[in-house]
Amino acid sequence: MEHYLSLLIRSIFIDNIALSMFLGMCTFIALSKKINAAIGLGFAVIVVQTVTVPVNNLLLQYFLGDGALAWLGLPEVNLSFLVYLCFIGVIAAMVQILEMVLDRYVPALYNALGVFLPLITVNCAILGGSLLMAERGYNFTESVVYGLGSGTSWALAIAVLAGIREKMKYSDVPEGLQGLGIVFITVGLISLGFMSFGGIDL
Amino acid sequence: MLREILDKYEPHFLRGGKWNHFYALYEAVDTALFKPSDVTKNSAHVRDGVDLKRVMITVWVATFPTMFFGMWNVGYQANSIMAEMGMASQEGWRGAFIGLLAGYNATSIWDNIVHGAAYFLPIYMVTFFVGGFWEVLFASVRKHEVNEGFFVSSILFALCCPPDLPLWMVAVGISFGIVIGKEVFGGTGKNFLNPALTGRAFLYFAYPAYMSGDAVWTAVDGYTGATMLSVAASDGLTGLQDSIAWSDAFFGTIQGSIGETSTFAILLGAALLLTMRIASWRIMVGVLAGSAFLATLLNSIESTNPMLALPFYWHWVIGGFAFGTVFMATDPVSASMTNTGKFYYGALIGVMTILIRAVNPAFPEGIMLAILFANLFAPLIDHFVVQANVSRRLARG
Repeated sequence: MEHYLSLLIRSIFIDNIALSMFLGMCTFIALSKKINAAIGLGFAVIVVQTVTVPVNNLLLQYFLGDGALAWLGLPEVNLSFLVYLCFIGVIAAMVQILEMVLDRYVPALYNALGVFLPLITVNCAILGGSLLMAERGYNFTESVVYGLGSGTSWALAIAVLAGIREKMKYSDVPEGLQGLGIVFITVGLISLGFMSFGGIDL
Repeated sequence: MLREILDKYEPHFLRGGKWNHFYALYEAVDTALFKPSDVTKNSAHVRDGVDLKRVMITVWVATFPTMFFGMWNVGYQANSIMAEMGMASQEGWRGAFIGLLAGYNATSIWDNIVHGAAYFLPIYMVTFFVGGFWEVLFASVRKHEVNEGFFVSSILFALCCPPDLPLWMVAVGISFGIVIGKEVFGGTGKNFLNPALTGRAFLYFAYPAYMSGDAVWTAVDGYTGATMLSVAASDGLTGLQDSIAWSDAFFGTIQGSIGETSTFAILLGAALLLTMRIASWRIMVGVLAGSAFLATLLNSIESTNPMLALPFYWHWVIGGFAFGTVFMATDPVSASMTNTGKFYYGALIGVMTILIRAVNPAFPEGIMLAILFANLFAPLIDHFVVQANVSRRLARG
């Protein structure tokens, strides 16, 4: 139990997927102008991440990994060159399914997220989460925890950035830096702030 | 008299005058000496002689007890250790400066202050001139005012440096803090991180060997003395009590960053800030409550990490806790704006400080990073407080 808790905390704060690995930057920067939209997107990412990472984990364990097909009597087959293709396919499918499920059963949430849901497919934080899971060799339970944690970390980061960008409406940025330039500097400073967790050994 | 001189030169600084690029400087001198004649013209209702300049000057003055005590303490530590090590004098220009004005007697207040000044003043001057250069440059080019926010940033930055820090690093640190932390966002009031802390954090991560560890805290070459935080981290409460008493830590005759050691001197500043209603008591209460809560909670955990067992009243007096709480956390620009938000903001700082001190072996000191971290969350906290208020009023009908 303690192991999972420390994995969760590590993936949320220390290995923050947006701020220490800089994954998912395009949506991170594009959709962080309004706090409410950012939080909505953050929740969508949490859900998708919590679903896709464990599913990809199962896929890796029983189909794609080295020797994963042993249960079919094919222990020498190694399909790991298909990892990228399969992972992104799973993510796209999951996002589609999630979209349909939300549309059917929770239309309010679907309307709130509508635009952002398809965008998640191309969010590299999601694919990155699955690939990191594969690289670090998490088992199924760990992958559930990691999916939840890394999704939450991205949501937290985008909420913080959106808060600061709303506050920055009042700032007076030099001309050359207006727009994306200052956002990059801001993200850098946020990540400096998150470095306070660097070195925590859980 | 002064007014006449200023008025006489004013046309030169206005648009079309020969020195119009330096208007910001003129304006700075003018408003520092005289109350500006601008008054609120439309329907805002507060009219007060206390403008941003006066507020910032007050904070600056409030750091004086800490600053003088810090100089004395740097000198005191250095002189006592030199007496122990049998060194007769400092080398180089600092030695010459001290030799000119005073001696090396650790019991003499004057000797200690001069010795401390030989370390503190260069740091402060570098901070002031380098920082001032950027400030005036941006103000002149971008046509905004030079203002005393910079006084505060520079003194706070200088006070939280270790006395032995090389001066070029001081310059790099304050440049980063002022330019990236503040000026790129448009100057005082428009930034979201505390500029002094941004500079310090930058140095902290860029040159960790000079900003922490055991060798930097005394102004004597080749002497290593652990700060109380690292004593606490390695030997726990008993080790701490063996080396100093609580009152030593409270009054500050211990090693540490220049302005951080004396909780007592900081409290004098805090009293001024609170009576003038400049610093927010809500934030201070939040920090104290948050840290006391988590420290007490951690006390109850059985662990091999001695830092977990340190009671909160020790946490409050060692390291930069008091300094951060009083001067850094209460920076009105980077803190939460709403009253309720200030409690949460303070509590976040308190909790993070204890957390970093207790569970992060990489950084012995937590408060500066904790404040930086809380700065990031301040706008978000405000957002939720405002939203909660909106929905409460809607529910009321």
